Amino acid sequence: MVSPILELANINKSFGHVQANKNINLTINKGTIHGIIGENGAGKSTLMSIVFGLYQANSGTIKVNGKEINLRSPKDSIINGIGMVHQHFMLVENFTVLENIILGFEGELVFGKNLEKAKKDLKNLCDTYKLNIDLNSTISDLSVGFRQRVEILKSLYRGAEILILDEPTGVLTPQEVDELFKILRSLNEEGKTIVLITHKLIEIMDLTSEVSVMRQGEMVGHTKTKDTNKEKLAEMMVGRSVLLRLDKSELKTGDVVFKVEDLTVKDDLDVTRVKNVNLEIRAGEILGLAGVTGNGQTELLEALSGIRKVESGEIYLDGKKVSDSQNFLDPRELKEKGLAHVPEDRQRMGLVTDFKAYENLIFGYHDQQPFSKSSILNHKDIISHSKKIMEEYDVRPQSPNLITSNFSGGNQQKIILSRELNEKPKVLLVGQPTRGVDIGAIEFIHQRLIEMRDRGAAILLVSVELDEVLSLSDRIVVMFDGKIVGEKENKNVTDRELGLLMAGVV
Amino acid sequence: MEFLSDIASLINSTLRISTPLVFAAMAGIFAERSGVIDFSLEGKMLMAAFVAAVGSYFLGNPWLGLLLAIIACVSLSMLHGFASVTYKGDQVVSCVAINILIIGLTTALAAAWFGQAGLTPTLTEDQRFLEVNLPFAESLRDVPILGTIYSDILSGHYIFVYLAYLTVPIVFWVVFKTSFGLRLRAVGENPSAVDTAGINVFAMRYKALAINGVLIAFAGAHLSTAVNANFFREMSAGRGYLALAAMIFGKWHPKTALVACLLFGFTDALQIRLQGVELPAIGEIPVQLIQALPYVLTVVLLAGFVGKAIAPNAIGQPYIKER
Repeated sequence: MVSPILELANINKSFGHVQANKNINLTINKGTIHGIIGENGAGKSTLMSIVFGLYQANSGTIKVNGKEINLRSPKDSIINGIGMVHQHFMLVENFTVLENIILGFEGELVFGKNLEKAKKDLKNLCDTYKLNIDLNSTISDLSVGFRQRVEILKSLYRGAEILILDEPTGVLTPQEVDELFKILRSLNEEGKTIVLITHKLIEIMDLTSEVSVMRQGEMVGHTKTKDTNKEKLAEMMVGRSVLLRLDKSELKTGDVVFKVEDLTVKDDLDVTRVKNVNLEIRAGEILGLAGVTGNGQTELLEALSGIRKVESGEIYLDGKKVSDSQNFLDPRELKEKGLAHVPEDRQRMGLVTDFKAYENLIFGYHDQQPFSKSSILNHKDIISHSKKIMEEYDVRPQSPNLITSNFSGGNQQKIILSRELNEKPKVLLVGQPTRGVDIGAIEFIHQRLIEMRDRGAAILLVSVELDEVLSLSDRIVVMFDGKIVGEKENKNVTDRELGLLMAGVV
Repeated sequence: MEFLSDIASLINSTLRISTPLVFAAMAGIFAERSGVIDFSLEGKMLMAAFVAAVGSYFLGNPWLGLLLAIIACVSLSMLHGFASVTYKGDQVVSCVAINILIIGLTTALAAAWFGQAGLTPTLTEDQRFLEVNLPFAESLRDVPILGTIYSDILSGHYIFVYLAYLTVPIVFWVVFKTSFGLRLRAVGENPSAVDTAGINVFAMRYKALAINGVLIAFAGAHLSTAVNANFFREMSAGRGYLALAAMIFGKWHPKTALVACLLFGFTDALQIRLQGVELPAIGEIPVQLIQALPYVLTVVLLAGFVGKAIAPNAIGQPYIKER
């Protein structure tokens, strides 16, 4: 006997002129694991933030257990048994686990009796669901996987019957994902209803029993998971059929064009983030660098592209030394030598988002002909070049005069990519090329990278998306705690093997 | 014996001089722990000094003057909150605006009401706070050491001095041992975590600012109705900024902030004593140089020692709930 635990009817929500949710209807049945899938920006997170009371809908009704409720703040939804694990954890980093969990639910003005009771209750919850969390540890000392468990424990302590998880696997290694799914299944067996928001098809197929698909703010379909497959879901998400598999031609490598020897790099706080890294990339190959966020990939990319000082070690381009701790080429000089860089954080480092698209399309190359002559910009040529390149890279809308921040994430990325690839670099450093990019654009970007490789460029691909590394790379290295902990040819290597390396287990 | 009494009087002045710094630093802790920068301690202290002096002059009772000063400072804190919490303006700009406003306002109002730019009439003994002599201070004075500590160091201060040092453990207790304190610290570290726990972020910040207003009022009243018997132009003399420095030096923690306040108070007490004193081999040090001592110390301490002071994570950032 299935009964609905959560019913949404005609939910509408706008932010300014953008309508994030349009007439959403959704029924979630008690005791199910219900997936909500859609691309970035499809409105999934907004919808769930409304259910959690964080945002207020412009119109529509929400029923919990058949009773209409009015959600003015998260307090109302918590009282009604709704808990949410956000994509960016809602934890105070310098607090202990216990402090984070009781926050807002202290039950007393001065800490004393209730605190002791809370400790006991939490220990019981930990035992029941095998969460294995030390209540006295400080959040900043915990791994991402454990922080997520703290979030789950927090929701359970606050009495959640419906647990919403927003993109919970984005920051986890495959092993951590397994652990998480195990916990979610055991919660489900105990009768909790789970709502999983994701853009990953495989997670939907793995875990859920029912699935709803969102596209551009609208709910486009509901189905039982067993009645659908990845291809069908992808088509519903994007609105057209997409290629989930990449076709790659045979590997034809040339000479080593980019070499890193014994490289050590420190971050702004003087912490050593990259430790004695050695890399070699040949012409015509893609070297994938996998790893969990924050293991030194960012600093490595910055050092290689000339943004960050090299502490020790050497970098060679085309057989010539370009950087060591004493002498180094700045990004412009590296660019002239044929090195292009697509930075990880596109809005902070790749673009000036308040500038117009045509300005961003020539940045870094603006002092070259035909874009400028004697330091004076040549507007006509820049605009015609921009139009041409925007068409070539399918940047939408195709208007060079539009402010860059008005483009979607995928189109912003295409602007950077077109700028950097247009010069036909010998070496290409790419960080997180498809982070926050919709499936259609991912497909396009991946094809472009393969094209570059086939044309003989040496490409370093840094990505936290394991699927991406696996589908694009010819060779894969794994970075953990600043060190390269493993190297694999991309034949017969599984995500499990890489996951163990990423977690620093092997 | 003279040496001993010198030391005693130096400590005595340190306690007195540090008093407004302690109140202001504790006020700062509440605001900044909640994530709101408070540069306007200086302006609020000046405002409190003015309002306390004027209130006490017209109403004939220093306690009523203090009450008015509290109302004035809480109002200014609310103004700061309105601009920077509700309307998400830049917190530093809002503070600077308050500071400039108060300098002009106090001078202009004094001129309008009393005919003297930036000066209020001298208060009579009834209209100001007097020194409090602790019981048996006179009779115990001759007991060696303990007598000196009790009678010459602890006794004979204005009520505010005792209140200030009493405030510190209370602030510590509130911030670290109560649920209010937990929420206060959380809202300055990660307001989203507080919001998703069903607590109103804005209300928390306003509450913190209200407490901030009450505490800073004591600092101002101490200046104009206790240590001095009137208000004069810019009488806060940078103490608000000094207190802010002490708070940062004390890493937003009441105990260490207290130590920093006492250190600043001590250098100030020392510079007063050193004025006009001939030092062997050096001779008399120019007054200006000595007077700069506390400020030089501030710069040195902040630049040299507090490199690792970690501010509340969300400080200075208005909380934006919807993107």
